[in-house]
Amino acid sequence: MSATVSSPNVGSSAEVLVSTEWVAEHLEDPSVRIIESNEDSLLYATGHVPGAFEVDWTRDLNDQVVRDFIDGQKFSALASRLGITPDTVVVFYGDKSNWWACYAFWVFQLFGHTKACVMDGGRLLWLKEGRPLTTVVPQADTTSYPVRTRNDRVDRAFREDILLHLTERGCLVDVRSPQEYAGERLHMPDYPNEGAVRGGHIPGAVNVPWANAVDPNSGKFLSPDALRVIYEEEAGLKPEDDIVTYCRIGERSSHTWFVLKYLLDYKHVRNYDGSWTEWGNAVGLPVER
Amino acid sequence: MPYPQAIQEIVDLLRALDDRTERIQVLVSLAERFRDVSPETAIRPFEESRRVPGCESDAFVWVKAVGDNMFVEFAVENPQGVSAKALATVLKLGLDGQPIEAADQLDDELVFTLFGSGLSMGKNLGLTNMVRAVRHQAVSLHRQSPRP
Repeated sequence: MSATVSSPNVGSSAEVLVSTEWVAEHLEDPSVRIIESNEDSLLYATGHVPGAFEVDWTRDLNDQVVRDFIDGQKFSALASRLGITPDTVVVFYGDKSNWWACYAFWVFQLFGHTKACVMDGGRLLWLKEGRPLTTVVPQADTTSYPVRTRNDRVDRAFREDILLHLTERGCLVDVRSPQEYAGERLHMPDYPNEGAVRGGHIPGAVNVPWANAVDPNSGKFLSPDALRVIYEEEAGLKPEDDIVTYCRIGERSSHTWFVLKYLLDYKHVRNYDGSWTEWGNAVGLPVER
Repeated sequence: MPYPQAIQEIVDLLRALDDRTERIQVLVSLAERFRDVSPETAIRPFEESRRVPGCESDAFVWVKAVGDNMFVEFAVENPQGVSAKALATVLKLGLDGQPIEAADQLDDELVFTLFGSGLSMGKNLGLTNMVRAVRHQAVSLHRQSPRP
């Protein structure tokens, strides 16, 4: 699947995934801004797609005091610094099968920047294909991106939404490991426990680990047909369902949110970024094992 | 307790840098100085007992005694393991030729001190386990060494 910059559909479900080849062909395209977003903050400096800028999830997207995202003013400043206008097609890619690329993509959607794509296969596929890297940090001609109020109602869910979701029997997708889901552990395998005091899952949630959506060899997303087998035949979801995804802090679940909303064209999918670090610590919230 | 001198100097340098980009450049330049384990010490496939648990970069550690002093070597099998290579270089610079007891001066805080608060939990654990693996192997060597 590929996108064309001139296409009015860029940012829609049909055009939101671009190939490494497409990116290679648009490195010089002034209407495209390529953004690398990684878990490992050192990777970008060791080499990145030529012309790519870096967006760091902690530094650039998170509020530095409150557990929340940046506001419209700060998003405007970020986009302006990166030389982005509302018409710029922003292509995200990164390490970890595009975890943080999807997270950054999701945050951009909260601010209504719909002209956005994810590079299928991420950083690793770009490297595997022997495509060029550079350590040169590009300089953008700053723009004046309009200040937009962050819209948390469409793509984001809060604790109160989940409680309501439970009473209305909405669908919840827990994308963590089966061990986390079962409450056998409070963190990913080989990851430290970061302080959840209860293990388990939100009542009624189905467990579909995020990595099921990715080909482990190429790092690319599976085909829509293969994804439907996983999410519809095996997990029982339906395209018309009202779905909330969650994980530990919302990064893995933004990956699944991306899959459901854009690759499977589900209409009502939200990401609960409070996720288990909020739910597993909050007093009195129901937990299932 | 201060770290072994070479490590302490790197820690002090990084503490003095407020700019994230400069800190990253220092760490990347350290990673670029990484040297793979020598074939005299180990050849692939490595013994699993040398693997750092929970390290996404697939790091392996060897601590060797030469007389009363220690020498450390590392392998980082994941080519994306930049942070692991940077830490390996720091540990090698700080510990090679030092008395084995110098490993006692290492602590888990070293990772936070070097890499800062932006480190994800996965990276944090893998790197912390590298430090612990060095300390663990050094303690084992110390126990094996003849007592006066």
